[in-house]
Amino acid sequence: MRVTQGCFSFLPDLTDEQITAQVQYCLDKGWAVNIEFTDDPHPRNTYWEMWGLPMFDLRDAAGIMRELADCRKIYGDRYIRISGFDSSHGWESLRISFIVNRPQHEPGFRLDRQETVGRNLRYATHAYATERPEGERYSS
Amino acid sequence: MNDQSITVRGKDRYKSGVMEYKRMGYWEPSYQPKDTDVIALFRVTPQDGVDPTEACAAVAGESSTATWTVVWTDRLTAAEKYRAKCYRVEPVPSSPGSYFAYIAYDLDLFEAGSIANLTASIIGNVFGFKPLKALRLEDMRLPVAYVKTFQGPATGIVVERERLDKFGRPLLGATVKPKLGLSGRNYGRVVYEALKGGLDFTKDDENINSQPFMHWRERFLYCMEAVNKAQAATGEMKGTYLNVTAATMEDMYERAEFAKQLGSCIVMIDLVIGYTAIQSMAKWARKNDMILHLHRAGHSTYTRQRSHGVSFRVIAKWMRLAGVDHIHAGTVVGKLEGDPNTTRGYYDICREDFNPMRLEHGVFFDQPWASLNKMMPVASGGIHAGQMHQLLDLLGEDVVLQFGGGTIGHPRGIAAGATANRVALEAMILARNEGRDYVHEGPEILARAAQSCTPLREALEVWKDVTFNYESTDTPDFVPTVTAAV
Repeated sequence: MRVTQGCFSFLPDLTDEQITAQVQYCLDKGWAVNIEFTDDPHPRNTYWEMWGLPMFDLRDAAGIMRELADCRKIYGDRYIRISGFDSSHGWESLRISFIVNRPQHEPGFRLDRQETVGRNLRYATHAYATERPEGERYSS
Repeated sequence: MNDQSITVRGKDRYKSGVMEYKRMGYWEPSYQPKDTDVIALFRVTPQDGVDPTEACAAVAGESSTATWTVVWTDRLTAAEKYRAKCYRVEPVPSSPGSYFAYIAYDLDLFEAGSIANLTASIIGNVFGFKPLKALRLEDMRLPVAYVKTFQGPATGIVVERERLDKFGRPLLGATVKPKLGLSGRNYGRVVYEALKGGLDFTKDDENINSQPFMHWRERFLYCMEAVNKAQAATGEMKGTYLNVTAATMEDMYERAEFAKQLGSCIVMIDLVIGYTAIQSMAKWARKNDMILHLHRAGHSTYTRQRSHGVSFRVIAKWMRLAGVDHIHAGTVVGKLEGDPNTTRGYYDICREDFNPMRLEHGVFFDQPWASLNKMMPVASGGIHAGQMHQLLDLLGEDVVLQFGGGTIGHPRGIAAGATANRVALEAMILARNEGRDYVHEGPEILARAAQSCTPLREALEVWKDVTFNYESTDTPDFVPTVTAAV
């Protein structure tokens, strides 16, 4: 399967050149660029791990691409996303978010159904990636 | 036309009998509206032979304190404060016989936080007033002091995006078709295919409530199976607007509670339920972490004709106060009424924190929103993937694009139709952000994206010649070069 979170998941994986152009777009808008990674792409997993702080002061796309390259060296087998944060009054949230790295194999999700009262069901989305305890998931 | 006040003062003002409205204090050309005044702009078309200033003063009178004759009981009140004051009358450009009347209302005339009360004055009696041929409420300036008495959108654009984890592109939706007749089980199939294929939302149509072919509980149960299944298949948040519109508030609360119990992130209501019911549902939505979608069913009966009724820009303002999160606001290029400039005005009213006066967009007043949440406009009706560049250009990023026929009518099925729309959208956003002239290169960008996406190629082929080029009936009165002082 392919996790379709983010702005560009229905397009072929972005090349570094394409990612650079999107990062430059964020910088031109004055947004802070973040890099985050996770092995748990559950749709409600809001807080991916931060690769350092949001880059509030970095105004050069090449610098951000170097950070991305470093992040990939260590976490290349996980999901990595780039987002642009707009601190303007009335927004103060993300303006864009897109996936720039995926594990080679995306195991996806199982939908658990618990039969309850009447015909009601309680649903739980289970990420196969998190089946093993966290300490045993990685070789390193 | 904006001459001196002719208001009768002192005890002569209260002599029994009939007196012209403009002499009773409803025409005050030197009045300076206060920052806390509610201001309404009406398009007034008097009957032949009726003095325009008197007609406009009558509108001020009948929408505030006046009746047809002098009453002594006015003297038991601070009558001068409570009289609405028409302070400016001017002819409508290129529309002989019609006049713009600017009328100021003291804030004390209105109950805090009540659209029902506001509208009972402003559009209550006055639209049937005999000396007028026609009357239209064009725009309103709502003072911050009044705006702050309303809850505003239950969720707002920013929090909706945070909850859905979707940023940087319009959201995609589709209304389930056929709008009537599907069983719950078949209905859920459409929802599942569309969401799995790439849409963010599906939507009940305005008239899907609880009919013999599908009880509402069946629809809710099957739809939530579809939503959860699609969410697991894609790893992405999905939703379906469950229409809770019903005959009574009790029924609506029951349906909304069931939607919440099933884990839905959004419910919908129709404009026809009325302002009070809308405000009640907005409060319920805020209390229950629910996004509230409003389908503007019925609005065209009073918004479409320029001579009589209420402009949709006023309805949009009322709905932002009332507290809905989504509102259908036109597509420009689709099958329903929508002049580009007028529609732009509606979108600004939904999404901006401050609307400057822009006559060329039909926006007659500066309107501060005082940090009230933003409302997501929804574009729905006769749009398809081939128009993606135009839609993005005309409507911007914070909008739900709803392709009903444009998803479900795809030759290779609903999921393929959804994928075509999503790929077209993402390709266009990518190109826009790269700095390309996407409006002019749009067809090229789509064709290129279609090379690696068969569903998009097929969609572009099927709908390539579909356009809806009809003249709009509701267009701005001012061309872009005109400026006017308020």
